[in-house]
Amino acid sequence: MSASKSASDFVADHIRTLPKSGIRKFFDLVNTMDDVISLGVGEPDFTTPWCIRESGLYSIERGHTAYTSNLGMLSLRKAICSYVERHYGASYDPARECIVTVGVSEALDLTLRTLLNPGEEVIYTEPCYVSYPAEIVMAHGVPVPVTTRVEDGFAITPEALAAKITPRTKAILLNFPCNPTGATMPMKYLRAVADLAKKHDLVVITDEIYSELTYDEEHASIASLPGMTERTIFLHGFSKAFAMTGWRVGYACGPKEIIDGMMKIHQYAIMCASTVAQEAALEALNRGEKEMLKMRESYRLRRNFFVKELNELGLPCLMPKGAFYAFPSIKGSGMDDVEFASELLKREHVAVVPGSAFGPGGTGFVRCCYATSREDLKEALARMKRSGLCTTA
Amino acid sequence: MKKIILELLRENARMSLEELAERTGASVEEVRKGIKELEMSGVICGYTAILNEAELSDNRVKALIEVRVTPKREGGFDSVARRIAKFPEVTDLILISGSYDLQLTVVGNSLQEVANFVASRLATIDGVLSTSTGFMLRKYKESGRIMQDDEEYERLKVSF
Repeated sequence: MSASKSASDFVADHIRTLPKSGIRKFFDLVNTMDDVISLGVGEPDFTTPWCIRESGLYSIERGHTAYTSNLGMLSLRKAICSYVERHYGASYDPARECIVTVGVSEALDLTLRTLLNPGEEVIYTEPCYVSYPAEIVMAHGVPVPVTTRVEDGFAITPEALAAKITPRTKAILLNFPCNPTGATMPMKYLRAVADLAKKHDLVVITDEIYSELTYDEEHASIASLPGMTERTIFLHGFSKAFAMTGWRVGYACGPKEIIDGMMKIHQYAIMCASTVAQEAALEALNRGEKEMLKMRESYRLRRNFFVKELNELGLPCLMPKGAFYAFPSIKGSGMDDVEFASELLKREHVAVVPGSAFGPGGTGFVRCCYATSREDLKEALARMKRSGLCTTA
Repeated sequence: MKKIILELLRENARMSLEELAERTGASVEEVRKGIKELEMSGVICGYTAILNEAELSDNRVKALIEVRVTPKREGGFDSVARRIAKFPEVTDLILISGSYDLQLTVVGNSLQEVANFVASRLATIDGVLSTSTGFMLRKYKESGRIMQDDEEYERLKVSF
């Protein structure tokens, strides 16, 4: 018997057909240039505040190098639940309704794998973080995008959501403030989404990783609305607000039966999040708020400056209410977003992310991260102007 | 508004009026007026640069000097302190609680120059009981600025 299969045949169908994230060729090109000003990053430009870094060092110094409980250190879960109650108005039992994960990405993966039977549908907004459809597929679910529109401030309207609900819908996945649009949800929409979830008996998964970074109004979580705590999985972490992307700490709070299911997968696949990172995260909650607020203020100022300049440049852009992204329309250039980004990179060595990397709903837009030094933002704007790509034809 | 202005200027005295306005939410004109008032009333006494002397090629030396003083019946520590403060060699002078009374920073062009100042001018002042001079070897931080901070850390150029 001769070997008739190639190695790629060994890869499961649903993984082989899964697209790789983003536009590889474009990013490979970015990485070959050394004088690029990149507005293409998805993380803070701050280093983790020193008190948090120092707690990590202290943790290692004391020899805290063993596993923690599968759910995460109880002291951290207690701090998380108290933080969530204080800032988001939803209360959870740290012993059974909270799990510490390796970033929000793991928390979302656990949630989807716990909730979904093969073929069940998850509605999510698009443009969105690149992992969402892939994570749904990896959990054998069916991704059902709802395109959010610039006219609605990139929020999801109850009508658009209702139109996508079918008997196979299991969950709605929200991400506000949104990567890549910076959109937040007006309270009336949030209530309407909650009502639809209750009416159709759906689970709401809410990724609120950018929630501390809202600039114009108080952030509100759907988890805190009446009758929602029991059907909501609240996902959050430390990466964005506390500038801790590389530490990989996130968490999920939700009904104990669902957390229990998530814990099983986490226990078998991961064991526990890194002990050092958990101790640093605890410090972030206990003493990191002042530094966090300073960083937020710095993003707010850069947002105000950058978005105003983008509009003056000829790239219409809504004032994003949260996160650290501006999402201007490039339709006036007469190009599509991938062409626009490639041309801008080639002509002026400025990297932005084509909106279609975040799903077809992002076509015609580009994502610019303003968590970049003011000097670089100014230089990027000057180069964009010089590129001749930004003035409407 | 003035309180925020002071906080921001403490961090960076060269912050532009425009940026100060943006940060305080006041107009440029209001900020200009606020600063003027702070200067006139003597709250803001001046602006100086924070230097990393290690990067300079001159031989200037800096000494921190602890001085014990007999307070005067009239005027306490003030009369001695004010007298010492008038020497241009003394760049900083504070009254301090603890085992000594005044702490001076003295700058000179050489070790010898500072030593001479201490021996012939400072120690001989009526009321000065003792001095203890420490020469600064290296500065790590001043006014919130770390002299040699972490090196630049290369981030991914593109991430989602």
